[in-house]
Amino acid sequence: MEPVIVLNREDIRRTLGRMAHEIIETNKDLSQIIMIGMRTRGVPLANRLASNIKAYEETHIPVGVLDFSLYRDDLGSRDLQPAVKSTSIPSGIDGKVVILVDDVLFTGRSARAAMDALIDLGRPSAIKLAVLVDRGHRELPIRADYVGKNIPSSKDEEVQVKLAETDNLDEVSIFKNSEAGKCP
Amino acid sequence: MTENNLNESRGIEAVSWNRKHLLDIDEFSISEFDLVMKTADAMSDVLSRPIRKVPALRGKTIATLFYEPSTRTRSSFELAAKNLSADVVNLAASSSSISKGENLIDTVHTLEAMGVDILIMRHPMAGAGHLAARYAKSSVINAGDGGHAHPTQALLDMYTILKHKTGIDGLKIVILGDSRHSRVARSNIWGLTAMGASVTICGPRSLLPIGLTRLHPVYSKINYETDILRALDGADVVMALRMQKERQSTGLIPDIREYVAQFRLTSQRLAAAKPDALVMHPGPVNEDIEISSDVASGPQSVINEQVSNGLAVRMAVLYLITGGSRE
Repeated sequence: MEPVIVLNREDIRRTLGRMAHEIIETNKDLSQIIMIGMRTRGVPLANRLASNIKAYEETHIPVGVLDFSLYRDDLGSRDLQPAVKSTSIPSGIDGKVVILVDDVLFTGRSARAAMDALIDLGRPSAIKLAVLVDRGHRELPIRADYVGKNIPSSKDEEVQVKLAETDNLDEVSIFKNSEAGKCP
Repeated sequence: MTENNLNESRGIEAVSWNRKHLLDIDEFSISEFDLVMKTADAMSDVLSRPIRKVPALRGKTIATLFYEPSTRTRSSFELAAKNLSADVVNLAASSSSISKGENLIDTVHTLEAMGVDILIMRHPMAGAGHLAARYAKSSVINAGDGGHAHPTQALLDMYTILKHKTGIDGLKIVILGDSRHSRVARSNIWGLTAMGASVTICGPRSLLPIGLTRLHPVYSKINYETDILRALDGADVVMALRMQKERQSTGLIPDIREYVAQFRLTSQRLAAAKPDALVMHPGPVNEDIEISSDVASGPQSVINEQVSNGLAVRMAVLYLITGGSRE
């Protein structure tokens, strides 16, 4: 099965525009917001949302980077071990509204690990979750506050997000795992 | 689809680390050195936070088994393990069944029966770590074996150099003192030459490991120098080694005062090195024997930084070993 393109470059641009508007609409005090991208592809998404908000409301939203590898629940049980990278949060998160940004929400385990990592860094007044794609199949009681697109998928399918900053093009596609198995 | 591909498509950058044990760094590739350095950067970031603890090794048990006295290496490993949320048990040879004559392999099996996942071992005999690893199901980390190797010390020395210099490639690094008895010198020779540094070993002829050139080509790549000023000329890094009084019974040097007069790293001698040369020492320092106290605590000294960096590097090693030992 060939990968099916679910969102192209224009779709992603419009989706992130709408999500930025939703964030503006649901947060009265934008100055309290910190956008934190979950490595790897949450980071460019957080930057784009922040620059959209800046364009619409002329409010600067600080953007941070969160690496939650050390909070994963599967160290030693995976085929491969994630590379640990550094976390950089621009200013303190105490009392702020942190919007965690990720590309795909799937089992919810990454979001759980990211929340644990955040809580060790301080005490935000609220943590919200923004994802470009929600593909279902949650294993934990977690939901996103801002969703770009719901993509119903089966567990043997794979949803792949590519972004210009990391993959040189903007595209969301879905394909069967057996197809991806042939990749190097 | 393998999980490998799955991870890549989900945007998780994976590491290529397949070592179950860390016994020596003589077979390390450049990319393995880089990986340890990068992971140590992330760990040093954890250490700068208000909560200096992450749950990565929760539920793992780590034992330190020390047949030789140690303050910094043992406590550094213990803290590194605790910062990663592992449970730690410390055994010292003097206060355990080892003093009743239990042999090394039995001790290893006993600890494994209690569920130890990683064994951190220091032993006066070269190769003790390799022996333990052969019989152990758990991972073994060599924390110093006789005059052979002290891999985490070399890794933390390299990490400390990289914090101050843009790269190790092309640096002139002088290892000063008793390199004959020094596992620190030996591990650093491997690591630093692999990373492209020019290493000069300096000390009295009787304390230079000259015979080693016959053992392995790496020892022919380094320079041997008995004149301290010639050795220090233009150096980027000076590592003073501890004068190992406990290993000096064979009369290799006539007198410690003679050594001090000729080889102590003083500020006058240090002036021969580059003005921004780093001064390092693996500790513990014998003050005013191998290094004068004003140099040890002077502006070029990074001796205390080495200790802090050791914690980050050991956290990195424990993290990588835990992932590398999966079935």
